[in-house]
Amino acid sequence: MKNKAAVVIIGGGVTGCGIAYNLAKKGLTDVIVLEKKFLCYGASGRCGGGIRQQFTTEANIKLAMESVRIFEQLSEELEIDIEHEQGGYLIITYEDEVEQFKKNVKLQNKLGLKSRFITPEEAREIVPLLNIEPIAGATFCQTDGHANPFRVVHGYAQKAEEMGVKIEKFTEVTGIETDDGVITAVKTTKGTVKTDTVVNAAGAYSRDIAAMVGVDMPNNPYRHEILVTEPLVHILDPMIISFKTGIYFSQQKCGSIIGGIGDPEEPSSYNVAGSLQFLKRMAKTMTELVPAFGHVNVLRQWAGLYDVTPDAQPNLGWTEGVEQFCQANGYSGHGFMIAPKVSELIAELIVDGKTSMPIDGLNLKRFEGEITGEAYVVG
Amino acid sequence: MTEIVCRCEDITKEEILEAIDQGFQTVEELKRVLRCGMGPCQGRTCTPLIMGVLARKTGKSVAEISLPTTRSPLQPLPISTFAGEEE
Repeated sequence: MKNKAAVVIIGGGVTGCGIAYNLAKKGLTDVIVLEKKFLCYGASGRCGGGIRQQFTTEANIKLAMESVRIFEQLSEELEIDIEHEQGGYLIITYEDEVEQFKKNVKLQNKLGLKSRFITPEEAREIVPLLNIEPIAGATFCQTDGHANPFRVVHGYAQKAEEMGVKIEKFTEVTGIETDDGVITAVKTTKGTVKTDTVVNAAGAYSRDIAAMVGVDMPNNPYRHEILVTEPLVHILDPMIISFKTGIYFSQQKCGSIIGGIGDPEEPSSYNVAGSLQFLKRMAKTMTELVPAFGHVNVLRQWAGLYDVTPDAQPNLGWTEGVEQFCQANGYSGHGFMIAPKVSELIAELIVDGKTSMPIDGLNLKRFEGEITGEAYVVG
Repeated sequence: MTEIVCRCEDITKEEILEAIDQGFQTVEELKRVLRCGMGPCQGRTCTPLIMGVLARKTGKSVAEISLPTTRSPLQPLPISTFAGEEE
């Protein structure tokens, strides 16, 4: 392993590899990515691959819209089929959600997103198998969709390496050395790397990385469970989701249905074991919406960690008190879908000293005041 | 001659050897880059074969190759199996 680098990125997920790629694309290739396991071990390799723009805060909507623009040409750019499909997101709306969801659509429309509120009958036209009996409508955005996270991460990583970035797998960060608020080195299980710039892209473990330099972050890890079915013929275009029940599921390009459901009682922990309770809740809620899916076989279940902030928005940018310590974490379950734009912005911040889209509002300092956050969190 | 290792996902020995050359030297990584072992049989047929290919290629004994995480349900089951009972 090389013993010095201009930039050390901690975390080999979509954010870390995406930032490495974008730094190299801007000419900064003296970069090392440290990953304690292997690429995609964490949330990037465990997520449902959904790509949504229908959010409720301006920052999340803009980051997601810009990311979709990048996803649309990413297969060509990375020379790997990322299996991006734009079947839309159908957000199931129950009676007591109608008023608020119509307001949310208004905000999204104001920012240029073509989302719309539709009737149950219109929802059934998009998903003929949908049971519309319990629903009051839906919101729909055609350009939402999904992609294959493994392909995106490996695509970014491979291109970054071709340009000179070093990726060190099975290399765990054990400490970060500072001198009077200035970073001097990153210590790992495979030796020390001298550097003055560190990017904290460690997902649910970002809190622990920040603690190494005495920075207290309000992020907390939460287990979220998910399953995959046997492959089926193509029968489902959009991702179906509900914020009331916390369920989401979509059909992948390979034909499998991938979906999960949140548990409001889930305590904060690093637990990633699967549970029977999840399978039961998922099966019940999924078959209420699409009864025909009761016949489909579940192949396997697994879990990953959401890195949750108090306002469900990411932490992006420099850190007060430690020079050149950049945050790129706290995605609260939306990391994969906004990673393309986020990784571009972080690369701009490091190379140019400024970003093409303001990210000041996503600094850790925002938690000192009153917190108003993202309401659309699922899974 | 083409040798199929993972019958569910249609992955050949040559593809596995190529991925090992690219630096993916654990069963977990091979699964993620090739999808071998992720089909309906859940790797029951191919995991020992993948471990054998990996061991020979990297000069290790099969005992030194880590098994991938086993995920439930251990055999495919209809979603309705889990939908009936109260939580």
